[in-house]
Parts: sequence; C-alpha cells; structure tokens
Amino acid sequence: MSAEASASQRTVSGPPLVGVLALQGDFEAHERMLHAIGVRTRQVRVPADLDGLDALVLPGGESTVMSLGVAREGLAEPLRALAARGLPMFGTCAGMIMLDREHLGILDVVAERNAFGRQLHSFEASFELDGVPGGPVHAIFIRAPWISEYGPGVSVLAAVDGHPVAVRQGRVLALSFHPELTGEERLHRFFLSLAGLLPEPAKED
Amino acid sequence: MSTNGHIARDESTFTTKAGLAEMLKGGVIMDVVTPEQARIAEAAGAAAVMALERVPADIRRDGGVARMSDPEMIKGIQEAVSIPVMAKARIGHFAEAQVLEALEVDYIDESEVLTPADTANHIDKWAFKAPFVCGATNLGEALRRIGEGAAMIRSKGEAGTGDIVNAVTHLRKIRSEIRWLTVLGPEELASAAKELQAPLPLVRQVAADGKLPVVLFCAGGIATPADASLVMQLGAEGVFVGSGIFKSSNPEQRARAIVEATTHYADPERVAAASTGLGAAMESIETSKLGAEQLLSPRGW
Repeated sequence: MSAEASASQRTVSGPPLVGVLALQGDFEAHERMLHAIGVRTRQVRVPADLDGLDALVLPGGESTVMSLGVAREGLAEPLRALAARGLPMFGTCAGMIMLDREHLGILDVVAERNAFGRQLHSFEASFELDGVPGGPVHAIFIRAPWISEYGPGVSVLAAVDGHPVAVRQGRVLALSFHPELTGEERLHRFFLSLAGLLPEPAKED
Repeated sequence: MSTNGHIARDESTFTTKAGLAEMLKGGVIMDVVTPEQARIAEAAGAAAVMALERVPADIRRDGGVARMSDPEMIKGIQEAVSIPVMAKARIGHFAEAQVLEALEVDYIDESEVLTPADTANHIDKWAFKAPFVCGATNLGEALRRIGEGAAMIRSKGEAGTGDIVNAVTHLRKIRSEIRWLTVLGPEELASAAKELQAPLPLVRQVAADGKLPVVLFCAGGIATPADASLVMQLGAEGVFVGSGIFKSSNPEQRARAIVEATTHYADPERVAAASTGLGAAMESIETSKLGAEQLLSPRGW
C-alpha cells in the first residue's frame, strides 16, 4: 500500500493529468470522456510522454498493433516500472489484453483474445457492475476478450455468461468492453475514484 | 460478482459496426493476396487486412472483370491472422456481400476497385449483420453511403497508381464540405442537402458535429510513410494501403515504416526515420495521364 500512497502524492496542483496510450485505437474517445469529467489528458507515444502522469489509460484498438508499438518505442519497461510504483491504470478491450500476464504482466490475469468471436458476434448488453452504483451499465463488446484465468489478488466485477469481463486489482481496472464509445461516464469516474483523482462534482469549465 | 446468469445480447448493431472502425483508428489496413502476405502484414503492425485476389495495380494492368475473391483464399487468410479480415464485394452485388457475410469476414468493402455490378444502386447495407466500408470522393457521396448503412468511409483516391493526388483531392473535398456545413444556418441545410444529394438528417448531423458520423480513412495511392503522414495531417483517421506495400521492393520494412509514420504522423523526425532506406516504392502511374475510362474513383453513384 505504501507504493500506492507515494504515487498518489501529486506534486502539481490543478486538474489531474491522465495519459492515454496513443499508439493506435480509440484513444481520442477516452480523452473526450476524461475531458467531460474535468481531468486533463496527454497522448502517450514515447517514454518521455509518461513523465508526471497521475494515471494511464490503455484504449481499445488492435492489441497486436499496440504490442508491436510498445516494443518499437521501448515503452514496456517504463510502463512496468510505473505500475510497480502504483500508477493507476485503466485498460479497455485491447488495453485489457495489454495489461495481462502474457503482455505487460501488470494484471494477474490471462485475457483470451476475440473470445466472443468474430465481428458478426460483437454485441451490446446491459448488466450490473460491482462498485458502480446507478443501475445496469450498458456495454458494447467488439471482437472482445474475456478473462480466462486470474490470480487471487484480482476481483471480478462483472461477467457475461460466466466469463469475467470487468476486473480490478488494486488500482488497475480492466474491461472487455468500451465505455468510451457509449458515453457511459460511470466507468471512467469509477476508475478515477479508485485512483483518488476524481474531481469535485461541482467543477465547471 | 453481480452477474452470473445469462445476459441478453444485441448482436451486430450499428454501434458495434461503427465501433469496430473506431478500434481501427490510427491504424493501417493492408491489401494482401495470400496467407503468407497476411502474416507479414500482421507482424508489421497492420490493424486489419483486406483479402483480395489481385491488388489494384494488377487489376488495372490485367483488365477484365474484377470480382469478389475465392472463398478458399479468404478462409486461408482468416486462419492465418488474428486481426480483422476485410474483403471486397462489387458495387451493388449484394449476393457477393451475402457470401462474404456467410464467411464471417469482419468488414465488407463495397469497392469501386472491382467492376460494378449495378449502374444505379449500391447494396442495401442495412440488410446485413456484417459492417460495410465504402469509398467516397466528396461529402454527398459519403453521406449517401452512410444513408445506405455504411459504418465506415474511406476517401477513394485512385487505387493502384501509387499517386497520392486524388486521395488528397477527395479528402480535402470531404473535409472542406464538412466545414462549409458547420457555418450554414439551419434554414440553409435543406438546400445544402439538395446540392450534396445527401439525406437531410445526416446533413443536419454533420453540420452540428463538424465531422462525419462514422470513421473516415484514406485510401487510393498511398505508397510511402510521408504519404501516410500527409493524409493523416489532412484529417484521415487511418489509412488503407493497397498495392503500395506488396508491390514495393521490401514489403515487410515498408509496412512497418508506414505503420510507424501513421502513429507519429505529426512528428517529421519520426516520419524521416521511417522513410529512410526503404528501397524502391511500387511502380507508379501518374493519375493525370490516365484516360477517363481507366479511372476507378468515378465508379459509384
């Protein structure tokens, strides 16, 4: 817990700064959600972009493209080091895959790619998600992964037909679906709240 | 855990169709004609592959009627890679599209690169579970395709030339017509819709949002990393590269370089590094030297 505490000691005042991995995918949709909530964002393409972040989002996209990009840019070690120091991280779909044991190894899970099938089996569904009040979450799954294995430190927050699709480990949150595409702000708020970064509700731009 | 029981799923909605295009953003979609090429494309960082029998440069050279690819070839490519696999149907050839949907391709390209099957009508794309991408040379054409159910648009350019000029023209046209709509008054939009030959509700939506309601990629003539950077700076949200990769002297390296330049399109030093030592680009054709009957981009209505 001390690592988490040190990472949460922000030295800069003003709205939190959340990095969004911008190698490929729907990173701009995440930025729109975060701006609407009142936090600042920075697109992350190279290690220098990671300096001074309060949290990091790994967006949806193609995980093979992101993996190759992470390797090309030398981002894997800096990302693992930040995770070890307790930087809060939030992955959606390909971002969930990037966080798993077989990729960055930040989440103690195995994400099975395209587990729900090809694009014809992409779907929308609504369900309750532990820790997110206000009724069912409407979720969009696109060639989505599910969690096929997870360690004891991982909490499953929601499942579809018995397959975990939302997991949390400390201040790392991963979803198989895309709240950034449905305008569902509660998941981004939930993450920022886990990260201790949620702006005051009265905030107006 | 909150949810153990069966959850009702709503499959293949317009949101899931347009959503896959959102996932492809910032990426490069590469034409491939064999499973081996598909594997090379995936390993180089393609966000998706377009499975077809001949790349546009060869279709242009060979002439004759260009049709949907052999299902066996498409299946071989689907088995070779884990990224989305797209395939082309002829304009208006809904039976080819039905075959591609039965093969579970991830996106159908109703493409002017193939020989059109209908001289007046495009496919009714609302009738399909598979999403469609369509080409456009201007905003009206893009909105007509979206009105027919397309979930992604690509500017057409001139496929198989290696000449970027028409890609630039079409992208600039679409973007400038979008900007034009945003400054019109509400009472002027019906007239604008008539001028664009586009559905009024979509014209209103574009005027309000300042962008297309679906993702816009650029296609047709991209041959170099700098070409990718150019069209991304002009507002493309990703690129299709047809003949430009596997008709070049070093496809694997060029594919990686175009992926890198698409990610770092706004950083000239990175585009310069990606452009270095790539060998020869594809054999190219100057579009302005082509006769009207040799142009592919006017196909579509």
